[in-house]
Amino acid sequence: MSLLSNSTKRGSVLIVGGGIGGMQAALDLADSGFKVHMVQRDPSIGGTMVMLDKTFPTGDCAMCMISPKMVEAGRHLNIDVHTLAEVSSVEGDAGDFRVKVKVAPRYVDADKCTGCGDCEVKCPKKVSSEFDQNLGQRKAVYSLFPQAVPNTRAIDASQCLCLNDPDRKRCRLCEKACKAGAINYADKGKEIELNVGSIILSPGLDRYDARARQELGLGRWQNVVSSIQFERILSASGPYKGEVKRPSDGRHPKKVAWIQCVGSRDNHNANPWCSSVCCMYATKQSIIAKEHDKNIEPTVFYMEMRAFGKDFDKYVERAKKEYGVRYQRAMVSAVREEPGTGDLVMKYAAEDGTLVTENFDMVVLSVGFQPHCDAEQFAKTFGIETNEYLFAKTSPFTPVKTSREGVFVTGIYQGPKDIPETVIQGSAVAGSVMALLAEARGTETVEKELPPEKDVTGEEARIGVFVCHCGTNISSTVNIDEVVNAVKDQPGVAYVTNTIYACAQDNQDMIKQTIKEQNLNRVVIASCTPRTHEKLFQETIREAGLNKYLFDLADIREQCSWCHKGQNEVATKKAIGIVKMSVAKSRLQEPLQSETVGVTPSCLVIGGGIAGMTSALSLADQGFPVYVIEKDNELGGLVKNVHRTLEGLDVQEFLKDRIEAVKEHPKITVHTGVEVKKTDGFVGNFKTLLTDGSTVDHGAVILATGGVEYEPTEYLYGQSPNVVTQRQLEKRIAEGEMPKSGERYVMIQCVGSREEPNQYCSRICCQDAVKNAIAIKERNPGAEVMILYRDVRTYGLREDYYKKARDLGVIFTRYDVDRKPRVEPAGSRVNVRTWDYMLNKELSLDADWLVLSTGLRPHPSTDRVGEMYKVTRNPDGYFLEAHVKLRPVDFPSEGLFVAGLGHAPKNIDETIAQALAASGRAGVVLSHEKLAVSGIIAKHKRELCMSCLSCFRVCPFGSPYIAEDGKISHNEVKCMGCGICAGICPAKAFQVNNFRDDQILAMIDAAAESEPGVVN
Amino acid sequence: MADVAEATERTPVSTIEKPQDIPAEWQPNVLAFACHYCAFAAADLAGVMRLSYPPNVKIIRLPCTGKLDHIHVLRAFERGIDGVFVAG
Repeated sequence: MSLLSNSTKRGSVLIVGGGIGGMQAALDLADSGFKVHMVQRDPSIGGTMVMLDKTFPTGDCAMCMISPKMVEAGRHLNIDVHTLAEVSSVEGDAGDFRVKVKVAPRYVDADKCTGCGDCEVKCPKKVSSEFDQNLGQRKAVYSLFPQAVPNTRAIDASQCLCLNDPDRKRCRLCEKACKAGAINYADKGKEIELNVGSIILSPGLDRYDARARQELGLGRWQNVVSSIQFERILSASGPYKGEVKRPSDGRHPKKVAWIQCVGSRDNHNANPWCSSVCCMYATKQSIIAKEHDKNIEPTVFYMEMRAFGKDFDKYVERAKKEYGVRYQRAMVSAVREEPGTGDLVMKYAAEDGTLVTENFDMVVLSVGFQPHCDAEQFAKTFGIETNEYLFAKTSPFTPVKTSREGVFVTGIYQGPKDIPETVIQGSAVAGSVMALLAEARGTETVEKELPPEKDVTGEEARIGVFVCHCGTNISSTVNIDEVVNAVKDQPGVAYVTNTIYACAQDNQDMIKQTIKEQNLNRVVIASCTPRTHEKLFQETIREAGLNKYLFDLADIREQCSWCHKGQNEVATKKAIGIVKMSVAKSRLQEPLQSETVGVTPSCLVIGGGIAGMTSALSLADQGFPVYVIEKDNELGGLVKNVHRTLEGLDVQEFLKDRIEAVKEHPKITVHTGVEVKKTDGFVGNFKTLLTDGSTVDHGAVILATGGVEYEPTEYLYGQSPNVVTQRQLEKRIAEGEMPKSGERYVMIQCVGSREEPNQYCSRICCQDAVKNAIAIKERNPGAEVMILYRDVRTYGLREDYYKKARDLGVIFTRYDVDRKPRVEPAGSRVNVRTWDYMLNKELSLDADWLVLSTGLRPHPSTDRVGEMYKVTRNPDGYFLEAHVKLRPVDFPSEGLFVAGLGHAPKNIDETIAQALAASGRAGVVLSHEKLAVSGIIAKHKRELCMSCLSCFRVCPFGSPYIAEDGKISHNEVKCMGCGICAGICPAKAFQVNNFRDDQILAMIDAAAESEPGVVN
Repeated sequence: MADVAEATERTPVSTIEKPQDIPAEWQPNVLAFACHYCAFAAADLAGVMRLSYPPNVKIIRLPCTGKLDHIHVLRAFERGIDGVFVAG
């Protein structure tokens, strides 16, 4: 990349795939000065996550989390979303790619379509819904799901009656229904050419087609469903509206079985890898099913419970103890239907070997992930190498880089992973692209030019009310004329009119014109939900010279006409009430100014391990000065003791290279033997005092404080020279020790992990054991290795090495936490006794080496650093991120980011991805000269404040603080506008802009005056 | 508490106001306070899915239900709202 001259680099990026990983990358890049083109095969962005009901381990609603991100991506001035589109060719090199994109015909003009859905209502052709996994139906003109972005219907050409008539004469009902004239049967699609600096691949996944496993009965027995079908069954917006029932007869099932590893960890007609998420989603589905219907008795049939992520083991424990989920360790060989009942009969071997036959009402197959069906062609198009399984080829040290310079990868195309890991990689590719295209930042983005804002302070309210028909969506239920008449005499209302589609371009122009002609200083639009349309209308009135906060949206569609169809009279009354409430609020609206604060464009990185160094290098390559502080006297962190990765790469060589790069980088200043002494400030403006007396001004901070290995006290460690840790064994192997024939190594897993008080998986130990076991066997097949495990958690593509170890003759024997191995000295060896569940008897082994797989702990400095930066730790002592799914490297307070073992145990490749993600997220902050503070924040009146500290205690963002005079002050830059302070403040010293008490009270009064709808 | 119990004991039954008969067609006027991020979004989804529910409920959107104040609830009842629903 250094060979490229500045002028050749483009400031734009192509993102192929609009799932959560692609969206994260798109938003990070577009928010930091890069133009983004997003190409998506489906008619909507969203990917797999939008199909999910809830997410583990918090039970958060998937759609509620992803929908705001989709809306943001869809509306972003610097993100162009091309749906129904695929890349056909790529030419050029890093910094300057030329890409051809084929866009399939949509048959609906996106510029005219308002998303009202009238066409869909009239369409007579019903089709099985692929989004609902064929459990429900959609129309031939459809949107993929209710919250689709763009909110434009598409016609399915294979199903449309008109498009399948050569004369185009049949049907045409959607054309007649569309008041906006958006239907275009003659659409031919198009080809577009893009010129971009970098390419990000996030094409997502396919699921294993479990019909290939006929013995499990999918597609054969109606009450056998795939896990993604069950996800749709659980979804409140799914085909059964969240009611758990059997497809065959609609009966509520009682006994439900999940069968794990369907299509995964299986070389025959399936995929050899572990899909990484199924254990957890089955646990989630069984918990949620039970929450939907307490009579359900879930059983999960599994081989190994791979709850390796943050708080996953606790989640499984909760499933067992609080929800009574039964976990049965068994492989199910066949599922049969009991004739006449629709019930399913399963046979499996119990742990003691006896064959059990059990009946279930419903069976869910936990299907795994695989690369998209056209992955091979996809790789060819982009000119990248794949691994043998057709996942994009990456290295553990460069986990988001493909074989082609300038082409990056995120999500499951890189290997099976869950949502937060995909989001982490999304920000990681964004960080990598920011570094690659640093000098082109800001060259292709656009900013909107706006007229000066009209000063309306002191003016009496002149409210303009626009009541929208939304085609017939509102007007077929709500009498628009009655609404117009009812509000025209309301105090403050200067002008009322109706519009067919308030959001259509011509009507937007009309609204702007009317604001000027009628000299309006407040606007109320009565149409749809503020969640999707508020920003659009705020921009409209801003373009007409009004402050954007002088606007309110009265939702008379989602919350009125659509819910009260056929009850026209009462719906109209309700709509009148809703509009009057908005008008009452609008009268009290004030123009709000968004404050801005300057940004110090540099970053402090706390921790000089592999996470801290990776973040530092990426940010420095982006052009920002970075200060790395390391409490030890040298850089390197915990990785100093690791010699090889599971894949066999040389870690020490890599570490040496990184340390040199950090030391040599002109933008990086390293302080070793130093810690943070004191810190103050907020996003964009931190000031940190170090223990060596120096002070650092920085705009962002990355906490990469790292972890330590647990030092065991059990199993004779420290008492017998034959007992070592995996790390010590690794060192001996690296130093050339040759195992002798007949020498016996016994390894014990989960030492110091997955047990109170450390009820979590340390994630790395299974692989450490497999890695060392393979090394021993490869050096001398005559040496004996036995691994005593609880669950072998070689997730993802790491499963290959588990298989390799078994093939090399490594023996895996399970132990139970209630029956842990017992170890005693035995002359020059140690004796290990463990219960063998296959043989049903105790084994007694004399081992030459007893190797303990010790877990990880957060670094002891984590608490201190956390307290200084006011970020919380979870009960295990790890930093608690802002949101476990969608904000995995952020903290609730802006400008602070986390990477590495301080967040949770993880592998080197995952640490590097998270460190790159932190640099991407920090890059978003640092790329701004100024940061705008939202207008919707809490305002603090010091003269009313009694400094009772209630706000100080409850604020999740730390924005109220104790000022030098000992009284409370409020840092508006940190405020997110939730108003919890306003709710708790006894003196009412806090008021949230646009949600002030007087405004809410005015709305209450208006609601009380309006009649309740009388139900017919 | 003792005072209250005593006072109640001493009050003749006849002086306690009898609840009025509820007319058959009467519908309560219900006001909901909903968090922008969850309950308000759920109300939207109900609409998108065309789920039907009685129309005698109107929603006031809050940035977070933590913003809800006692005054809001009291004012609603004071002005004759029959039921308050807080969701978030």
